[in-house]
This record gives sequence, structure tokens and C-alpha cells, in this order.
Amino acid sequence: MSIDQEEIQKIAELARIRVADDQIGPLTDRIGEILAMADSLQSVDTDEVAPLSNPLDATQRLRDDTVTEENRRDAYQAIAPATEDGLYLVPKVID
Amino acid sequence: MYSQTVARISRGLKDREYSSVELTRCFLDRIQSLDGQLNAFVTVDKDAALASAAAADERIAAGTASALTGVPIAHKDIFCTRGMRTSCGSRMLDNFVPPYNATMIDQFNREGAVLLGKTNMDEFAMGSSNENSFYGPTHNPWNLERVPGGSSGGSAAAVAAMLAPAATGTDTGGSIRQPAAFCGITGIKPTYGRVSRLGMVAYASSLDQAGPMARTAEDCALLLNTMAGHDPLDSTSSNQPTQDYTADLGQSLAGLKVGLPKEYFGEGLDTATAQHIEQALRVLEQQGAELVEVSLPHSSLTIPTYYIIAPAEASTNLSRFDGVRYGHRCEDPQDLHDLYTRTREEGFGEEVKRRILVGTYALSAGYYDAYYKKAQQIRRLIRQDFLDCFAEVDIIAGPTTPGPAFALGAKTSDPVAMYLEDVYTLAVNLAGLPGLSMPAGQANGSPIGMQLIGKHFDEARLLNVAHQYQQHSDWHLQAPALAQGGEG
Repeated sequence: MSIDQEEIQKIAELARIRVADDQIGPLTDRIGEILAMADSLQSVDTDEVAPLSNPLDATQRLRDDTVTEENRRDAYQAIAPATEDGLYLVPKVID
Repeated sequence: MYSQTVARISRGLKDREYSSVELTRCFLDRIQSLDGQLNAFVTVDKDAALASAAAADERIAAGTASALTGVPIAHKDIFCTRGMRTSCGSRMLDNFVPPYNATMIDQFNREGAVLLGKTNMDEFAMGSSNENSFYGPTHNPWNLERVPGGSSGGSAAAVAAMLAPAATGTDTGGSIRQPAAFCGITGIKPTYGRVSRLGMVAYASSLDQAGPMARTAEDCALLLNTMAGHDPLDSTSSNQPTQDYTADLGQSLAGLKVGLPKEYFGEGLDTATAQHIEQALRVLEQQGAELVEVSLPHSSLTIPTYYIIAPAEASTNLSRFDGVRYGHRCEDPQDLHDLYTRTREEGFGEEVKRRILVGTYALSAGYYDAYYKKAQQIRRLIRQDFLDCFAEVDIIAGPTTPGPAFALGAKTSDPVAMYLEDVYTLAVNLAGLPGLSMPAGQANGSPIGMQLIGKHFDEARLLNVAHQYQQHSDWHLQAPALAQGGEG
């Protein structure tokens, strides 16, 4: 499967990564090469094969529904770019 | 003392041949005088290292020391260290000082090991050459014009140059084994889930695994004793019991069945590498091991399978870097969208962006079944190949890499050529198996690594085989000329 510049722009938007105009072309070429390499996957018959998401077939463990974490908000917010009154600050979303 | 193994240092400290402070100062001095040529370390805090060495000396004096008390160890800069920057080789985390420790860091702290410094790496562990670091490439101590491998290249170079007796690394597709091979040291990627992932910056969560890197298999066993174990705070951590990984090192190899996958000895393998691996296999044979040809029929699919699954998982894991809670944030964002997209444009390097975009594509509507689901199905077939082999043999052996370390810059413009470097290591992560690389030769002064692959949770057997090999070979005792210089 090949990929064009328009699709790269769409994916970059989904991934929230700005790509400079002069980078779109080279990026499309590189990603096209990677996806071309992945084309060989299509030649394998996997109709009867279940997907493997954990190499040990482990499933999520459950723990008791009790509070185990202490409140460390101040420590975590001390490394944030901008906070106020215990809240993370971002540019205004709604006028 | 800088050339001593961890096992030897452990005795030296207990016998008061030297103190941990003297030892730590020796390695700090070596870093100061030699690392300018290597760029293996990203962060070194001398005062903190010497303070923990002094604490270790008190513990040794009090008679409460364990095997690693007072031993200086370098950690890949992917493990969160409370109060010390953890950059993951990225501009995105250049200013990130974690408020907590990775479980693995806590484990070493409990033992009283000394945190010598944080080592350089490919950004977010994505790379096979260490050239993707925001802090510049690490150089191979055997030949400064060559790469040390990646992504744990800083750790491998530091150990090979004797700037640290041992180090930690992480391995998602070969990132412990390939740099260990290129730098002539021993490294083991344990079974998936054997070592906690808590506080280890995530790349591809179903593949990531931490492990030790040192000069001998015995030293790797000593470190793994500290690292392995169940962590209730990591939901994918295994609760299989651990064992003393040094206990079986002395076992004989008589009757050991070693599988040689025919796919690992064919086209693409460098001639000198093939010859050295053959010779190393003869050494195992002389000790009573039986060599058996086996087949891993889906081997040709491991690169495409990995380079769909790992980027897909990376694209979700790295969505957390948004410029809001920690890490890099762009200047003067115009709105929230601008904040996200410009922060991520500036914070991530080229290879990281490529993998995020490939992963986003593979997971996006209309392509999920063709790429991600398909790769997960083939992942099961790849794992089954190994399980079928292990019905016949005890371990699998072959080359770690197609050839020795390549020149800096040789593959940076061609991502797919770089991905081919991982051809023998990726499948081990896809199958969740333990894999070890050990020095097994040299070609024109560049080390060559042999890979041993084991059954799930059979780390002790891999370490036993590597240790026995190292009793009958001296490749692991070779050191680069650069290591002979410096202080100490």
C-alpha cells in the first residue's frame, strides 16, 4: 500500500504533530518505504490465527478496591510548565 | 581496580581492599577523563554518587552489606530517578526531573548500589545506533568512528570502556543485546514481565523489558538477582517466583541441546561473524552440548511485524507528551491545538516522529485490520515457531547481529536499512523470550556477539551456558585500548 502527502498530513494531525511544509515530501517517502516493507505481511494466511497482544497470554490482574496511593499533587505539579490553584494551565479553549 | 568485575569488586569491598568511596571516585575520574571521547553519559552527579558510596561504606562496616552494596552502577537514562533528570535521550524530557523512582532504581538503592550516572541512548529507545539521541551520538570505545549500537549504547560503551563495572539497559527489539554485541560485553534481556516496567519510560509496552549489561555472565546474574521480581505496581509484571541466578552458573553443559535456526545462518550474515559463531559453537560442543539444526519459518516476517506493532504501541504511549503536565512546552502557544502540535514538533526527533506516524497510520480507521491486527496474528505464528523449537532443544544459539559495528552516519538516512540490523533480535521480544548476547570474537578490532535464546523464564540456563563459555574463552576479557587510559 502506498501513502500520499495528503494522508501523511491527516495522520500528522491525528498524532498532533506539526510538520513543516518542506518536510512533508521527505517524510512521505520515508514512511512509504516503511509501509512497503510491511506489505509482506499481507501474503500470510492468518484466517484461523488469533491476534497475540501479550507474549505470555497474561491478562490484567485485579487488586482489592482500596486506596493505596497518597496525594502527591504538589510534587507532580511542581514539574508542570504552568499551574494555578492546583490546576494545570493551558491556553483558553472557549471564548 | 577499574578493570575488575562486579563479582570481584563485591569481594574487594567486603575484604576492605578499597572503600566504595575510593572505587566510586576512581570511576568518576575515569568518566571525567575519558567520556569526552565517548559521550556515554548524559548526567553524572558526583556529590550524590559519593554520598551514597559513603553510606554503602557504613553499611559494609556494619556487616549488613549484600552483593551489590557499594558497587557503582550506571543506569540508562530511561529509568526515572527521583530528583535527577531523566531525559530518555529526548528534547521532550530535557527538563524532566521525576518526582519518583523506577521500581528498578529502588531495588538497586535497597541493595546499597551506587548510582554512578545516567547513560546516553537513542531517543525514547528508538534506534539501533545511539545516533538518535538529543545529546549527540555515543561513540564505540573500540573504534570511535563506529556506533556503539542502540538503544542502550551509552550503557554498553560505558561498561566496555570500564567507566562503570556494570549498567542497566532496556530491550524492546534488541536494545540490550545489539549494543552488547557491538561493544564486546555481555547483556541479557529477561523474559517479558520479569523486571518491573514501573518508572521505565514506555516505548512499546508489550515488548519493553529491562536487563543488566556487564562484562561477564556472572555479573549479569548478580545484577539480575536484584532486578528480577514481581511488582504489584506494574500490571504486566510476572508473579512467577524468581531464583538465585548465580546458583546454576557452574553446571555442566553435557547433554545440553542447542538449536541452530537455519534462517539465522543464511543470506545477509557477514562471513567473519559466521566463522566466529561457528567457533563459539564448537566450544559449547567440546563441553558436551549437542548442536541441532532447527527452523523458525516465519523469521523473514519479524522485521515488518515488529515495525508495525512497536510503532503502534509507541504512538499511544507517546501521546502523553502534550506540553501540559511535564516536559517540553513550546513558547507562546496560540491555542490548545497549537500547544500540542508545536510542542510535539519541537520535542520529538525525526525517528520518533516517523514511528509515531507509522503507528498512528497502522491503528487508524480502515488500516487497523490490514496492519496492526495482521501483525498481531503473525506475532502468534512467530512465537509458535519458538515454542515448537523448544519442544526439541534447550536453548537456541546464533549471531546477535548480521555483522560488527557499522560506521557513524552509515545508515542514518535510510531507516529501513537501520531496521535490518535487528533481524536476529526482534523475534525474541515478539515472543517474550529471554535473550542474551556475549562476546564471541572480533573482526578487524570490532567485537562480535553470539546470541542465546531461552524458554520463557529460563534466564538461569542462558547465564549458565554463557558462564561456561566464558570459562573456556577469553573474548569477554578483551578491552579496547581506550579503556587502558584515564585515571585509576
